[in-house]
Amino acid sequence: MNLRSATIAELRAHLDQRKLSAVELTDYYFERIDRHEPTINAYVTQLRETARSAAVKADKIIAAGQATALTGIPIAEKDLFCIEGTKTTSGSKMLADFEAPYTATVSEKLANAGAVTLGKTNMDEFAMGSSNESSYFGPVKNPWDTSRVPGGSSGGSAAAVAAGLCVASTGTDTGGSIRQPAALCGLTGLKPTYGRVSRWGMIAFASSLDQAGPMTRSAKDAAIMLEHMAGFDPRDSTCLTEAVPRYSQHLDQPIKGLRIGVCEAFFETALDATVATQIREALSILESLGATLIDVSLPHMTASLGAYYVIAPAECSANLARFDGIRYGYRCEDPQNLQDLYTRSRGEGFGQEVKKRILVGTFALSAGYYDAFYGRAQKVRRLIKQDFVEAFSQVDVIAGPTTPTPAFGLGEKAKNSVDMYLQDVFTIAASLAGVPAMSIPAGLVSGLPIGLQLIGNYLDEATLLNVAHQFQQTTDWHTLTAPEAP
Amino acid sequence: MPTQIDEKTLSQMSTLAALPVEPSQEQQTLAALNEVLDLVAMLESVDVDGVLPLAHPLERYQQLSADAVTEHVDREALSRNAPDFEAGLYFVPKVIE
Repeated sequence: MNLRSATIAELRAHLDQRKLSAVELTDYYFERIDRHEPTINAYVTQLRETARSAAVKADKIIAAGQATALTGIPIAEKDLFCIEGTKTTSGSKMLADFEAPYTATVSEKLANAGAVTLGKTNMDEFAMGSSNESSYFGPVKNPWDTSRVPGGSSGGSAAAVAAGLCVASTGTDTGGSIRQPAALCGLTGLKPTYGRVSRWGMIAFASSLDQAGPMTRSAKDAAIMLEHMAGFDPRDSTCLTEAVPRYSQHLDQPIKGLRIGVCEAFFETALDATVATQIREALSILESLGATLIDVSLPHMTASLGAYYVIAPAECSANLARFDGIRYGYRCEDPQNLQDLYTRSRGEGFGQEVKKRILVGTFALSAGYYDAFYGRAQKVRRLIKQDFVEAFSQVDVIAGPTTPTPAFGLGEKAKNSVDMYLQDVFTIAASLAGVPAMSIPAGLVSGLPIGLQLIGNYLDEATLLNVAHQFQQTTDWHTLTAPEAP
Repeated sequence: MPTQIDEKTLSQMSTLAALPVEPSQEQQTLAALNEVLDLVAMLESVDVDGVLPLAHPLERYQQLSADAVTEHVDREALSRNAPDFEAGLYFVPKVIE
């Protein structure tokens, strides 16, 4: 077995059969981190001591025959999940020295399952971005081509898995921040139904959209991760109470007869022709597995980008009001008075993209503009939701591209933010509607990975994972590994 | 739907958001914000007459919990991240002259 590209499922067998210990596996990954991290920059913080302790504990649990699917598996966590006593920065100067006083529910669940957290991954500042270039800790490089971006905002989480610097990782997705980097780095990434996974202990960006999910090397691994991450949490009042299926037990069902919706609008806007060809090929593979392709219409999808860039900034302007330079976070030097303390701390602590979105959100929520912007965007959001409800009365899953293009060059879209926002043109609608969606590897274009997006009905992650797994039984795109970084 | 922010509105937003915009950055900031508003203008073409706003994607009510103490806040742990904290107090510049 090649440890660099091994999946959770493969490693489980080796760990349980004692062909490998959790400590050896952890050491292996830290050796790789030592070698490749200077190029990739996937991690903000490495947790060597706690990882080693967790690995020692995992080996004892494995020896006692009490291992879960994740015991001893080295993972990485996006640096917006609070882990008690650990630096948690959200990619920002504002929180560069913030040490979390408690642990996020997701992180607690994964740790309780025995996963070994190697470190906290780099990300766009406060999860606002699609390239990981807005991080205070420098850009992350795409392991497939280090002159290109890994996507964002969960760029470090994606690059860490793709470069073989961990086995799986956690990400968060507000408008595409799991699916887009998964597509650009050749991974499987899943954004669950809004509320499926607790947001408690996640540093908030846009609370009605944020959702955590796994980034992995296969659909089976995503199923394993998700069944350990999901579930009701009384500490998050928006968390759903529905029982969490054992996703990994539902992967082998044939997809014969499954109705897969294809929305032609996905192929008409901004989609690179070569990517389109590859996605059509992926759809024909699903058809060859017995699925039926059915045309569906999502008439308001074209307005989703507009609705998102009102709603997300509005919520971020409210969420980020908490950073005042007093209770935690960056404080400016020698404040002259209280107002000076607030404004200079925020002005110096936030980066350009974050400041821009706060100002847009403040405008959209302000008196005189609220109805025209925020109110209208929330109405369009309902229309987008209704489109999905209508579509899912006809089909089981909707399939299409995840991104318009493969990974773009570092700095290429830095000057035109709308160009950057268009990266999420295919992912945002599912976020606004709150339906689950995932990206799976669907081929290479000019040597770079692209993703097939699968969108599911509310709470039906199981069908998404089933379709993804069946696709991966027929294709080997998910097994391809990025070249070794220098 | 107004689609452009001018200097006066930017100044108001800067005050409301407690985010300074340096005079040298004003035109650049205006251009960046108006670029976003140009994108958002696509919402104007959608007919929303009679449509209710959607706040929660699943239209669920938030979970309520019993009015009981379930965890204790560790004040010491929470205050450790404060830039200036002493004797149980957060320090700020003098407010009353």
